[in-house]
Amino acid sequence: MTYALEISALEKTYKGGFQALKGIDLTVKQGDFFALLGPNGAGKSTSIGVITSLVNKTGGQVKVFGYDIDTDLEKAKSFIGLVPQEFNFSQFEPLIHILVNQAGYYGVTKKIALERAEKYLKQLELWDKRDEPARTLSGGMKRRLMIARALMHEPQILILDEPTAGVDIELRRSMWSFLQELNQQGITIILTTHYLEEAETLCRNIAIIDGGEIVEDTSMKKLLAQLDLETFVFDLQDNTTIATLTQFVAQSPTMTYRVIDDHTLEVDLNKSQNLNDIFKQLSAANIEVLSMRNKSNRLEALFVSLINKKSNAAVATQQSAVVGAN
Amino acid sequence: MNNSIALKSILTKEIQRFMRIWVQTLVPPAITISLYFVIFGSLIGSRIGEMGGVDYMSFIVPGLIMMAVITNSYSNVASSFFSAKWQRNVEEMLVAPVPNWVIVAGYVGGGMCRGILVGLIVTLVSLLFVDIQLHNIWVIIATVTLTSATFALGGLINAIFAGSFDDISIIPTFILTPLTYLGGVFYSISLLPEFWQGVSQINPIVYMVNAFRYGFLGISDVSLVSAFAVITFFIVTLFTVAMVLISKGIGLRS
Repeated sequence: MTYALEISALEKTYKGGFQALKGIDLTVKQGDFFALLGPNGAGKSTSIGVITSLVNKTGGQVKVFGYDIDTDLEKAKSFIGLVPQEFNFSQFEPLIHILVNQAGYYGVTKKIALERAEKYLKQLELWDKRDEPARTLSGGMKRRLMIARALMHEPQILILDEPTAGVDIELRRSMWSFLQELNQQGITIILTTHYLEEAETLCRNIAIIDGGEIVEDTSMKKLLAQLDLETFVFDLQDNTTIATLTQFVAQSPTMTYRVIDDHTLEVDLNKSQNLNDIFKQLSAANIEVLSMRNKSNRLEALFVSLINKKSNAAVATQQSAVVGAN
Repeated sequence: MNNSIALKSILTKEIQRFMRIWVQTLVPPAITISLYFVIFGSLIGSRIGEMGGVDYMSFIVPGLIMMAVITNSYSNVASSFFSAKWQRNVEEMLVAPVPNWVIVAGYVGGGMCRGILVGLIVTLVSLLFVDIQLHNIWVIIATVTLTSATFALGGLINAIFAGSFDDISIIPTFILTPLTYLGGVFYSISLLPEFWQGVSQINPIVYMVNAFRYGFLGISDVSLVSAFAVITFFIVTLFTVAMVLISKGIGLRS
């Protein structure tokens, strides 16, 4: 098994004493599409900072394709392409200069760099802007520029720190398909995002970090299998009324229905129940369904429950410590 | 990894930067130095007569060229590197497998290019006011190259420590300018009382200006050997300090 990334007992304590990483262990397989999720301040960006050598670690080990960043830093860096959270290019330089210079830092000749710049700028629909200073780009274009820049040395691992923040849904989806294509070409992708739908759609494996600790590290499939409750929303025919729906809900004690308005009904469904029973009940009550959708993002529900579980455990520990002290 | 390509990339970026804003980087020194020539050279200089055995205008030309080289080498690296920190595009280099010496050499090389280019412009401007003599071209080339490297390194160290744009103007205003004015640009230090001649010996700019003046006029207040020894000492010291700071990530990595 080849690992693109191996992190063990990684620690980072900032100068003020804040411990951002408390000994995390993590592995990412070669070719994986990996999500690193966590609330704000959980340690995601610090982890990425250490991997890319923008943050000095205070303990532990990081290996990139087997190369330890303590002993083979330059070799380890050559595998990584980084798309950071904040815009970090010169606002005054034209796009083409930004890309060609970036490739040069990795030893790519100008001729090859110009070919790659053309390829990626065209793929990311920025070719027409190649001679414009970066400050003239829109937010979405700037995000795409950072992706193009990260690809200029054809990295084996692409790390994206919230790449679609502030990007409209259409553009976000086109970026998703671009990232999926890259992953299919064999590039290992590590993604942090606040859009949990993004992680659910793209990633095969996932780690959740909170308070500088990994609270979950598993496959997306296994994580979602933990979810035992989903909420569905039914949009109903115009001929239904509040009275009809209220009566229907009162006569259906086995299901948890909620009447939203005279044309909308919600139901919570656990693993032991199935959708056929709901359709049968609705049909028996002469309620016609126009459409149905899953109400909440499934991963979001799990994410919140995992983070809450950790917070509750911390509070319980504190309380027991206080009781013990008393 | 081909370090020469990385070095060329940083150097190209630096040259593109000051050429893109040439009105801010190349024109002002030419205007400022022209004013010095008109006021100190033509108007006041004509009443002074000779200095060090040559007419005053010819005496101040090497010092004024050197002053422009020093100021521009320093400020180019200080402002460019600090801007890269401020805009965070310095991270482009930090995440790449670029050795620290290449980063230092690239930025210092960029500062030297601007310093020397401005020096050439000022030299051309001075031809409008005075016939320039060339006593030893190799001393001129060696002095201007090493001096621009020294102050480019100084600008880099200033930018590494700087936390705001104010911090990159403090050193030029309160240290560099006084040292330059007291560095024998406008007078021969032999005119000073003995005590102040001794004090001038600890000003490195005295050695740079005098070595440069020797290249043009064949006259100097200090020996060439001591001048090059002082310049080399400063280059080695400042390069070592810059390397240590970048290796430790001071002001760059958290």
